[in-house]
Amino acid sequence: MPSTAESVFGFIGRRAVSLLKNVHDASRLINNTFYWTFVSPFKGKPVRIRATVSEMVKTGYNSVPIVAVISFFVGIILALQAAYQLRKFGALIYVANLVGVSITRELGPILTAIIVAGRSGSAFAAEIGSMKAAEEVDALVSMGINPVRFLVTPKLIALMIMLPALTIFSDLVGIFGGLLLSNMLLDINAVNYFQQTINSLLVKDILTGLVKAWAFGVVITIVGSYQGFKVEGGAEEVGKRTTASVVASIFLVIVFDLFFTTLFYYFT
Amino acid sequence: MKMGNMDNSIEVTDLVTQYGDRVVLKKISFAIPRGKNTVILGGSGCGKSTLLKHLIGLLKPTSGKILINGKDTTVMNEDEFNEVRKRMGVLFQGAALLNSMTLEENVALPMREHTKLEDSTIQIMVRMKLDLVGLSGFGKFYPSQLSGGMKKRAGIARAMALDPEFLFFDEPSAGLDPVTAAGLDELIVNLRNVFKMTIVVVTHELPSVFMIADCVIMLDRGEVLFAGSLEELKASGNERIRMFLERRPETETYSPEDYFRFIAGN
Ligand SMILES: Nc1ncnc2c1ncn2[C@@H]1O[C@H](COP(=O)(O)OP(=O)(O)OP(=O)(O)O)[C@@H](O)[C@H]1O
Ligand SMILES: [Mg+2]
Repeated sequence: MPSTAESVFGFIGRRAVSLLKNVHDASRLINNTFYWTFVSPFKGKPVRIRATVSEMVKTGYNSVPIVAVISFFVGIILALQAAYQLRKFGALIYVANLVGVSITRELGPILTAIIVAGRSGSAFAAEIGSMKAAEEVDALVSMGINPVRFLVTPKLIALMIMLPALTIFSDLVGIFGGLLLSNMLLDINAVNYFQQTINSLLVKDILTGLVKAWAFGVVITIVGSYQGFKVEGGAEEVGKRTTASVVASIFLVIVFDLFFTTLFYYFT
Repeated sequence: MKMGNMDNSIEVTDLVTQYGDRVVLKKISFAIPRGKNTVILGGSGCGKSTLLKHLIGLLKPTSGKILINGKDTTVMNEDEFNEVRKRMGVLFQGAALLNSMTLEENVALPMREHTKLEDSTIQIMVRMKLDLVGLSGFGKFYPSQLSGGMKKRAGIARAMALDPEFLFFDEPSAGLDPVTAAGLDELIVNLRNVFKMTIVVVTHELPSVFMIADCVIMLDRGEVLFAGSLEELKASGNERIRMFLERRPETETYSPEDYFRFIAGN
């Protein structure tokens, strides 16, 4: 029987080794993904256009309804919460500022990212994971086709385009939700609200939101694909990895959000 | 075995492989002759699929050399190996067709990726390949709509897509009814006769071995038990080979005390 100290150190050691291996695997995937997406197309290995378009439809176009509904509701909620405070000061028109800025800078990107992580991040993990389990990934390699180029690159490009696009859409719908509520319940004239929003928003508010959205797209793709490629066994593991991919990508999206928000706070 | 023999298209020397700490293949050496059907035979779990994965470069060995057409593939990088892979076709144990694509797209995939052929040419070639394996008319089907035997045939069509020099089959007839299995064996024999390919088949089905093999390599407990022609195999007097050929179960005799200790778990 090993002593308690031995088992404690053994436990820590094993954890550290497996963590290091995960970090190593993940950085290799990141490296490969960026190589096959940004470098190799210029060396005569073109990106799979049709697969990319189909991923754009699956990840972007098909998320439009849910993004619309959620953003609309959040716009309304934000307007109500803002009115709750601003009413005391008789400054209800500033609801437009609050809604506009919080949606474009923060809630638009993060809500969209969380929806896409739930819909597409999990789908990436499940797709790649079940291909791994059925030896399809091995088959690709044996045909001389790089699985990262074949599977991950189209997803990455799709999300890098669609997440910012969805974010713009979410911004618009959210602001519209705030406008509708203010018009109906707070008796603010729609034109005034609109003017107030336009005046309060700076280009950089929208741009920083889009930069975040772009980064979230990268995070979601990498996490989903990483979990998919990690599958070794069968269907049961695919399920586990899919769940793990959603949890990990939402977590990382928030970590990156914190990072970018801090960065933009000081440097813009 | 002579090294660098031009009649051998694949030569394996002192190959050692392990998963973690467990050694699966213990320093095995053998050669696979050009233009013949070679069968790799052995009991379940003896490392046949593992060996095949090394030949096609999905796994890197712990030590040892694998020469393909005289070039050592274990020291190649991915790009160099991909050049070799373009001359290989592989049928996996579960066919491993891409489930998101139709049969046509599956068979066309290697051509689309590695050649600059016109789409119309590719269409014609795909139809020829599917016809070759007896699947003409199923091009628009998805793998999930096919039976196991049809999937295996489609897998062969895909493996043949680039008219390869080598074909590797992992258990082509496993899980198929005897008639379908025999049909697949016949297809493999025809491929060798017509296209003069070097074909490596992993199997443990004896009827298949007798039908398709020119040469046999038999693995047992991670070592090469036998390498030679089919006739030599049939004539062999080795006890373990005879057991395999005559389908006798492995009889490990326990004394009652040992058996008790074994089931008591110590
Ligand atoms: N990914 C893996 N990780 C760890 N061990 C493995 C792995 N794959 C195979 N093994 C082990 O290696 C040994 C050889 O496996 P392999 O799949 O090569 O057998 P096989 O000869 O193809 O068997 P079968 O005829 O049943 O397909 C087995 O004992 C198996 O437990
Ligand atoms: Mg096997």
